[in-house]
Amino acid sequence: MSPGRVAVIGVGRSRPAFRRPESGFAELVHEAVTACLEDAGVSIAEVGNIVTCSNDFMDGRTISSMAVGDAAGAAAGEGKNISTVEGDGTLAAYYGMSRILSGGYASTLVVAHAKHSEGDYRLITNAWFDPIYERALGLDWMSAAALQARLVMDGRRLCVGDLDRVVERNRRHGAGNPEATLRAGVSPEELSGSPMMAPPLRAADISPLADGAAALLLGSEEFAGGRAKRPVWVAGAAFSADPRMTDRDLSGAPALRRAAESARRMAGLEKLPGEVDFVELDESFSYQQPLWLAELGLETLDDERINPSGGSACGRSEGVAGLDRIIAAARRLRGDAPVPLKNARLALAHGSGGPCAQSHCVWLLGN
Amino acid sequence: MAGAAEEALVEKSRIAVPYKWSAGLTGSRFLKTVAAERRFRASRCPACEKVFLPPARACGRCLRDCVDGPEVGPRGILLSFTQALYDSPAHPAKRPIYGLIRLDGADTAVLHRLEADSLDALRIGLAVEPVFAADGEPGVLALRCFRPAVGS
Repeated sequence: MSPGRVAVIGVGRSRPAFRRPESGFAELVHEAVTACLEDAGVSIAEVGNIVTCSNDFMDGRTISSMAVGDAAGAAAGEGKNISTVEGDGTLAAYYGMSRILSGGYASTLVVAHAKHSEGDYRLITNAWFDPIYERALGLDWMSAAALQARLVMDGRRLCVGDLDRVVERNRRHGAGNPEATLRAGVSPEELSGSPMMAPPLRAADISPLADGAAALLLGSEEFAGGRAKRPVWVAGAAFSADPRMTDRDLSGAPALRRAAESARRMAGLEKLPGEVDFVELDESFSYQQPLWLAELGLETLDDERINPSGGSACGRSEGVAGLDRIIAAARRLRGDAPVPLKNARLALAHGSGGPCAQSHCVWLLGN
Repeated sequence: MAGAAEEALVEKSRIAVPYKWSAGLTGSRFLKTVAAERRFRASRCPACEKVFLPPARACGRCLRDCVDGPEVGPRGILLSFTQALYDSPAHPAKRPIYGLIRLDGADTAVLHRLEADSLDALRIGLAVEPVFAADGEPGVLALRCFRPAVGS
């Protein structure tokens, strides 16, 4: 039988906090997974297979996915097929969805985690760079993004005030979101006094790194039919990656455009503007929001429809970030979000990863 | 279970694994030429004519083996720049200035350090020139940095 559509049946995440010293990373995974299964009203025995998402360098051990198998429920019953993705959690969710659409499984539990408080992200992301030609220079995620920020601001004629508006909006939205790690607005004085980290990037432009884990339960139409009280349907999903940052025009993000186009086609939509009611975008830095919106053709979205959860600016965990955006979108589509948004029927959720956001994954979710 | 005031033990450690990365023969020839002759030899894709610097052995777009390309540079243009105003154990010096630079005649860019009095002396599109290290051991640091080109 054809698996038909895929639904998000349950969502869950670890208790939001920048530092979770009382819990190991596998314990955060367990927290997210149990919250997700409870949200879905599904027992681990019913789960078909598991896809985890982690980064060995972040966890400080190789094959770190094996360290979260038990926490994710892989040993339940006679043991479950568990597989792993490294990159953003939206890619793990895509893999999980594919396993359902191929007919292999009726459901997939997807979980991602990162404990930023345990490693040094400057050193971890310095290891992104080529060991022969680049690594000794000392670049990391922040200084590399500053190179892109200058090109994006120059190419799109953006000024500091434009970035201020992005940060102010994200933080204002996040203040009302109990699942955001940073739940506080930002004043003009804080923005103008924000220390310069890597010009043109100020501290306020950088999404703060947080410990976290997030989980989704995806299911086929038949699996969802009997169980899900409030399924959120996947209308389309796609991903794409651009060449390395020294071999592309950093003022654009063609991979995001391609991913959005593929997701739009899968959803059977003529265009995204006018169809997408709100977006949940993964931005590691404020300058990325205007670029992402431009590549999506969604620059005219109203303020309240851009990251109504507050987005990654209110706490970002590598790999978890995109799943957090899917969770925020699903909660809002289900009517669970604390601040209501009228006509929220179709959401675009997004994940990104790599130096200067080399890869992008786009999800279109609807009721 | 743990009470609210109970603190977890934290195991402090570090991972130190020695590596030896091969630059490949294409990369080695390039790095040796930079160090010994202070010249930049690119590679070129015979199909799409793209000029790679550092030289790539194969073109990622065409999956064709590259051939020896033209000599490029030594000047280039500054595509973007920044300065790390924070500390990092990865930094080779305090407050390094970084540039994304495309050498004249190349189609790809390189990341490297910039030598400048301040960021105010820099702008997108500025002509830059390489500064070579005195001892010239082959490796990326045989090229010490770039700086605004004299006369630019």
